[in-house]
Amino acid sequence: MNYLDFEKPLAEIEGKAEELRALARKNEDMDVEDEAKALDKKAADMLRDIYKALTPWRKCQVARHPDRPHCKDYIEALFTEYTPLAGDRNFADDHAVMGGLARFNDRAVMVIGHEKGNDTKTRIERNFGMARPEGYRKAVRLMEMADRFNLPVITLVDTPGAYPGKGAEERGQSEAIARSTQKCLQIGVPLISIIIGEGGSGGAVAFATGDRLAMLEHSVYSVISPEGCASILWKDPEKMREAAEALRLTAQDLHKLGVADLVIKEPAGGAQRDRAGTVKEVGKAIAAMLAQLDGTDGKKLVAGRRKKYLDMGSKGLAA
Amino acid sequence: MNWITNYVRPRINSIFSRREMPENLWTKCDECGTMLFHRELTDNQNVCTNCDHHMAITPRERFNALFDAGVFVEVAVPKPLVDPLHFRDQKKYPDRLRAAQKQTSEAEAMLVATGEIGRTPIVAAAQDFSFMAGSMGMYVGNAIIAAAEAAVKRKCPLVLFSAAGGARMQEGILSLMQMPRTTIAVQMLREAGLPYIVVLTHPTTGGVTASYAMLGDVHIAEPNALICFAGPRVIEQTIREKLPEGFQRAEYLLDHGMLDRVTHRGKLRDELITITRMLMGQSPAIKGDLPPPTAEPEIPELAPPSSAPARTGPKTS
Ligand SMILES: [Zn+2]
Repeated sequence: MNYLDFEKPLAEIEGKAEELRALARKNEDMDVEDEAKALDKKAADMLRDIYKALTPWRKCQVARHPDRPHCKDYIEALFTEYTPLAGDRNFADDHAVMGGLARFNDRAVMVIGHEKGNDTKTRIERNFGMARPEGYRKAVRLMEMADRFNLPVITLVDTPGAYPGKGAEERGQSEAIARSTQKCLQIGVPLISIIIGEGGSGGAVAFATGDRLAMLEHSVYSVISPEGCASILWKDPEKMREAAEALRLTAQDLHKLGVADLVIKEPAGGAQRDRAGTVKEVGKAIAAMLAQLDGTDGKKLVAGRRKKYLDMGSKGLAA
Repeated sequence: MNWITNYVRPRINSIFSRREMPENLWTKCDECGTMLFHRELTDNQNVCTNCDHHMAITPRERFNALFDAGVFVEVAVPKPLVDPLHFRDQKKYPDRLRAAQKQTSEAEAMLVATGEIGRTPIVAAAQDFSFMAGSMGMYVGNAIIAAAEAAVKRKCPLVLFSAAGGARMQEGILSLMQMPRTTIAVQMLREAGLPYIVVLTHPTTGGVTASYAMLGDVHIAEPNALICFAGPRVIEQTIREKLPEGFQRAEYLLDHGMLDRVTHRGKLRDELITITRMLMGQSPAIKGDLPPPTAEPEIPELAPPSSAPARTGPKTS
């Protein structure tokens, strides 16, 4: 278990309980179960209290938690016959973006998402979930195909943002993102997005501009990272707590603003504490959102999506 | 929706306002250091007469030089909610807005107008870098949508001059949502079969580049303009890659296939006339300085209306 800085008191209690049980395993005549159970309860209460009142900055930390289920985990658990489709037919295959054909409850769909990786090796391979132009161009290709074969598109968003690299810029990062957003707005099939962790700026918009946007309870979606915002507006990257607060980037605020349509509840202590449970909840949400859009004519979908974005923001936090 | 509820009287500033400029003002070119006489610089559209360095130009100055005889009619932009997030950094967002308004005498970071260039009706939108770094918030989004709708209504091209440091952070996610919103505006033009020309000026960065600024039918940039998604400093800090000379400048982007042309500001107007008229199926234009379009009171009617060239889009409704 990876503990976040604000979970330190919790780590101590859980550590103590673990120690006690380890001792008991060595000395069979020792009875620690009551004491350990009391500690468990204390830990559970503390966990609930901490997660009930997460500050926006803490939510960012949870959203970036390395133990959260990632795109790959959702695809493996919720979809069958996943058949990855690679490449942008132009330059390369971007491993930060997963995508392909799959079945969701037996129905053929196109699934696309950012994958951050789970250990040093896969994180480097996945470029920490930061797509290059090829990733967006692959997504455009897959969305186009989904449109032609009448397959709903499901996108799983989890990225710190587009990759700030020399090659990415040279190969038209901006244009690739713009085209991907444009494609999201053009396709005549349902497009459902779920922010499963971090929705970082343009890199997230390129996948998340759909008919429905759901966010996990402790996920975030923002125009800029709190650290980046703090260094520009506060001239001090250490002011990320203040920036996170001001940016209103939590799922709860985005729901109030009308940007997120749905907030998916996470288990106590966040998705990282019950990965299977989280994945299951996301599956239910996808099924529900798909059902809402089923049978809607393609032109109507495009018109509705357009209206959704044109109206967005007109009511501020009262939306 | 009718954006044109609020007609602003045509401004004939090209002749008058320039004369009111203090004659004794000098500007130093930050590229070559030459001291430039203010009026000379204004007449050259803020391009250094010594080294051709393209300095910032406000949307109003640009429109004065762009439209025939400097006559244009502003297109009203629907006002968005001010400070939707109650954003506060070291200053309150409304205070920053007011300061920018006072400093620029403009309502926000984009100006939209209709008028004629070489007798070609167009809608033009220009981003104002001097207003909070031209940042894209809900107003800029509304302005681009209003510009597209005005162009569709008049069946004429949209010419957009971009200049921005990126998104308006003080509007948080709602500034990010201008990426899809402005993309929809571009879509409206495409569906109406109307040209959308983007002129990328220094600097055009961040979310602006990753939406409407990179979705034009034709991309023209001003010389040496910085155009990028992630800025050079961000790249150097995060990945510690050494960047080549001229990286992310207009000429570099032209080399890498992201632009159609790099054009000197002084030649831009003629080029825009040429391109828009060809795309609109119109005959070659008359170029050069033209008197105000349509029959202004002080201009005598030269030909009977029946022989006047056909116009797309009425001037008034
Ligand atoms: Zn100079």
